[in-house]
Amino acid sequence: MDWGNILGNAAGELISPTTAAYALAAIGLNIHFGYTGLLNFGQAAFMLIGAYAFAISVLTFGAPLWVAVLAAFAASILFAFVLGIPTLRLRADYLAIVTIASAEIMRFVVTTTSLTNVTGAANGLSNFSGGFYDINPLPEGRYGFGPFVYSADQWWVRLVGWGIVLLATLLVFLLMRSPWGRVVKAVREDEDAVRALGKNVYSYKMQALVLGGVFGSLAGVIFILPRAVQPANYGTALTFFIWTIMLLGGAATLFGPIIGAMIFWVVLSLTQGILYGLIDVGILSFISTSQAGQIRFILVGLALMLLVIFRPQGIFGNKKELSFSV
Amino acid sequence: MSDHSSSAATPAGTATSVLEHPLVDGPVGPGCRKTDPIVIADGVTRQFGGLTAVDVEHVEIPRGQITALIGPNGAGKTTLFNLLTGFDKPNTGTWQFDGKSLAGVSAYKVSRSGMVRTFQLTKSLGRLTVLQNMLLGAQKQKGENLFRALFRALWKGEEADITTKAEELLARFKLDEKSEDYAASLSGGQRKLLEMARALMTNPRLVMLDEPMAGVNPALTQSLLGHIKDLKSEGMSVLFVEHDMHMVRHISDWVIVMAEGKIVAEGPPEKVMEDPAVIDAYLGAHHDTDLGDIDGPNPVEEAEKAAAARHADEHDDHEQKHGKDEA
Ligand SMILES: Nc1ncnc2c1ncn2[C@@H]1O[C@H](COP(=O)(O)OP(=O)(O)OP(=O)(O)O)[C@@H](O)[C@H]1O
Ligand SMILES: [Mg+2]
Repeated sequence: MDWGNILGNAAGELISPTTAAYALAAIGLNIHFGYTGLLNFGQAAFMLIGAYAFAISVLTFGAPLWVAVLAAFAASILFAFVLGIPTLRLRADYLAIVTIASAEIMRFVVTTTSLTNVTGAANGLSNFSGGFYDINPLPEGRYGFGPFVYSADQWWVRLVGWGIVLLATLLVFLLMRSPWGRVVKAVREDEDAVRALGKNVYSYKMQALVLGGVFGSLAGVIFILPRAVQPANYGTALTFFIWTIMLLGGAATLFGPIIGAMIFWVVLSLTQGILYGLIDVGILSFISTSQAGQIRFILVGLALMLLVIFRPQGIFGNKKELSFSV
Repeated sequence: MSDHSSSAATPAGTATSVLEHPLVDGPVGPGCRKTDPIVIADGVTRQFGGLTAVDVEHVEIPRGQITALIGPNGAGKTTLFNLLTGFDKPNTGTWQFDGKSLAGVSAYKVSRSGMVRTFQLTKSLGRLTVLQNMLLGAQKQKGENLFRALFRALWKGEEADITTKAEELLARFKLDEKSEDYAASLSGGQRKLLEMARALMTNPRLVMLDEPMAGVNPALTQSLLGHIKDLKSEGMSVLFVEHDMHMVRHISDWVIVMAEGKIVAEGPPEKVMEDPAVIDAYLGAHHDTDLGDIDGPNPVEEAEKAAAARHADEHDDHEQKHGKDEA
């Protein structure tokens, strides 16, 4: 087994653009659920919308980079309103049902063959990120240190992806220490109490839904910059990975989503490396490499179970807060 | 049902002569007009399936006074609170607060207009600290806007002001030691206090308290009664639901009695207890059921004691003695 390679790959996941995308999506979900108490089980849909709005703007309309990004913003804001207007006045569980359902609807819509010339149906879309790499200011070549040696374009997408993650984290920090943050946290605790104090709860829930959704949509854009858009990526599994990441890091914590995403991807990479290595050297002869790929996720599920049993507040969560569980 | 409404229609007229009172415009009785009402409600009904929880023909709450709303369990007091404050929708009815119609207005707007309520089942915001709970009550905060929230300089001063105010109130309610604790760590009685203090942070003109003293220890109750009287002297109107007749007699200027959704009696506290409609309300609602023995005695006993005390004409002594026994 090539331990150097296994560890190197795992370390690479720490700063990979995919990790950044998942972290950003989890930051959005953390605004929804962690801070405001909105049960959004369709974060994958926001990522899908960001990805498709960006790719379609470029491929179908020939839009420049900034217009494509704005399109991703606008589409997710619109989607948040469509989800929120009918449901945010109702009890919390309605939003959960509507978000699950609409995420699946979105996935089927982009997969349908009658939209093939726009969405590419099951094949998805590719070759839309030229505009992003064109503005790469980094010098050509491969550079870096240790396991972190990448080409200029690979560095560029990492820099931008993590830059956005840090900006989003700063934004969440500024908001959650403010009176605005106090209101949304209070909404999480008891909506009626907040109404009784003269706050427009519906409006705050909508603002939180839009804000977290925009982060989800941007995450969708970062996610596809180094790869193609594949509708199969946006299943319910994606939403549950984002939930796993948020709970792993600790709901309603500032750095929880980032650390959660890093741990999630490093562990997936390590288990894959080790399992493949064991199959290679013949120790694990009874499973194939594709089965090993599935076993990784079984292990993730197991880890999540252990987490909620032994550290339910997540890594950064405050045990004291959780002891009055709601 | 029908004999209740008939006894309600002729309040004190049968036994005593027609009562008058400075707060009232005309004769005293259920649904009587006030000289200076802050709330006027008309034809408010609310049905839950076949059950009519609230059926109020006309009621007025006097301004600048402390009004008690009493009645047996299930009389519809909380439901009436919910309707007036926009937390529930009536089947029929209109009402106005300070001359402004509030029927169909959403709960947060009712609160903003100056009519603020607390809940019988306390709603403390558990994973916020006691101080944060209080600060939430302050109105028109600049930092509650999503964009201004980002710039601390815009709301820092205001935050300091409301923090000072919150700390004063917390001290009044003996919660200052707890201000940095999570509200979820408070005891049941402390949560009642917090909710009341938080409602006061909104600077209400009418504060509606649903059983504010349930679970608060008698010593603190005494001092809180003082605070409620202070609210009155600051010009606030108070409407509270309470089962404890000492408290009702001690601080209220006016008492409204509900039973089976209707207003069955009204009057100053010392008079209303003698009203046959009140005894009927407490006894009549349950007296032929088993439950009557369990949830009947306290108010009925109190009503009778009050009447007895009247006759003996040593009302004040009695009340003080009783207050001490309780403590
Ligand atoms: N949401 C509801 N659904 C069905 N029935 C209800 C509902 N809320 C209240 N009721 C019924 O309406 C009646 C009045 O209830 P309400 O809570 O207003 O009584 P209350 O006067 O506040 O009593 P208590 O002194 O016990 O608090 C009761 O019979 C109750 O069962
Ligand atoms: Mg009640």
